[in-house]
Amino acid sequence: METETTPTTADPVAGSWCDRCGGALAEGGHEACVAARRLEPPRFCPVCRRRMRVQVLPSGWTATCVAHGTTRG
Amino acid sequence: MSDILDRARSQVLDGGVGLDEAGVLDVLRLPDEQLPAALQLAHEVRMRWCGPEVEVEGIVSLKTGGCPEDCHFCSQSGVFASPVRSVWLDIPSLVEAARQTAKTGATEFCIVAAVRGPDERLMRQLREGVAAIRAEVDINIAASLGILTQAQVDELVELGIHRYNHNLETCRSYFPNVVTTHTWEERWETLRMVRASGMEVCCGGIIGLGETLEQRAEFAAQLAELDPHEVPLNFLNPRPGTPLGDRAPVAPRDALRAIAAFRLAMPRTILRYAGGREITLGDLGTRDGLLGGINAVIVGNYLTTLGRPASEDLALLEELKMPIKALSATL
Ligand code: SF4
Repeated sequence: METETTPTTADPVAGSWCDRCGGALAEGGHEACVAARRLEPPRFCPVCRRRMRVQVLPSGWTATCVAHGTTRG
Repeated sequence: MSDILDRARSQVLDGGVGLDEAGVLDVLRLPDEQLPAALQLAHEVRMRWCGPEVEVEGIVSLKTGGCPEDCHFCSQSGVFASPVRSVWLDIPSLVEAARQTAKTGATEFCIVAAVRGPDERLMRQLREGVAAIRAEVDINIAASLGILTQAQVDELVELGIHRYNHNLETCRSYFPNVVTTHTWEERWETLRMVRASGMEVCCGGIIGLGETLEQRAEFAAQLAELDPHEVPLNFLNPRPGTPLGDRAPVAPRDALRAIAAFRLAMPRTILRYAGGREITLGDLGTRDGLLGGINAVIVGNYLTTLGRPASEDLALLEELKMPIKALSATL
């Protein structure tokens, strides 16, 4: 999915946390999350693991982390 | 052909009278090899009693998450450890969502809120939103705001809300297994008021909550008794953090049997593909449902999850030579 970001302090797409379940990417086991994300917006900020404020719209979504900005898809 | 399909051919296709609960159960129990015949018959029933047109709708969440109710399938309940956070949609974004929906050819735009029932803040946002959409977009506006008072029903009528969605979700006997913070009867009472007000009634539910086939048939019969203008048929999309988060999705053939059975119970209703079809049926199943009794789709994304791109559904409708219902035809 194509995304557009408006980062404040860091690139919110690159990070250490799974943006679906909020688990550590380093621990692995996120294949199901990756598959599910094709039909879901992100829920956790991949940089800081905060739950994001997500608005799904008919033709897209926005996900906002209070520290790391807004991602659009 | 099986006895039940023979009976359905004369009763439903020729006579326009839906199957009763026992008949629906017989369809739900048909062996796999009879499924194509059931879908074919459901398609003929749809074409005979509804016509070839497909009603296209877009939906948007005006207020997401933080709901005090405990519907066990719902990621927007604030009772469970779901990752969905509370968020309100601003009016310019609401208008833009309506505009994007209208561009697909959709005639319906449904504004949804995750609440037990609307409070004054939500009603104010709805009033502003409806006025702003009306000023810029030519589309029917529907709403889904939970349990209503009579005064709220009256206000929605005044606002010109075309159709009100309130799903019973599942049959009366299984409902307490899925929701404990309000009753099936409370939902039924809202539907009764909506019907009496003259708004169109939209009421469906979710297949795959753990109900038995008998309860699925009970649900179809209860919906047929309500006789809604529209029945949105969802298939459980298990959401992380909810009590049903680990439940397996419905098997594709069972989902298709349900589509055929619900069509044979309600020959004249708008039977809409709603959430969960992507994970339950995939692309091929979407086509099978449209050729098996479905005559309406939600295009684009849902409230908290994403759907197929609208362009794919529209291309499929074109390929199947199913025209999109025009706005004038719905007024
Ligand atoms: S009332 Fe609606 S939003 Fe609230 S938990 Fe139930 S289904 Fe979800």
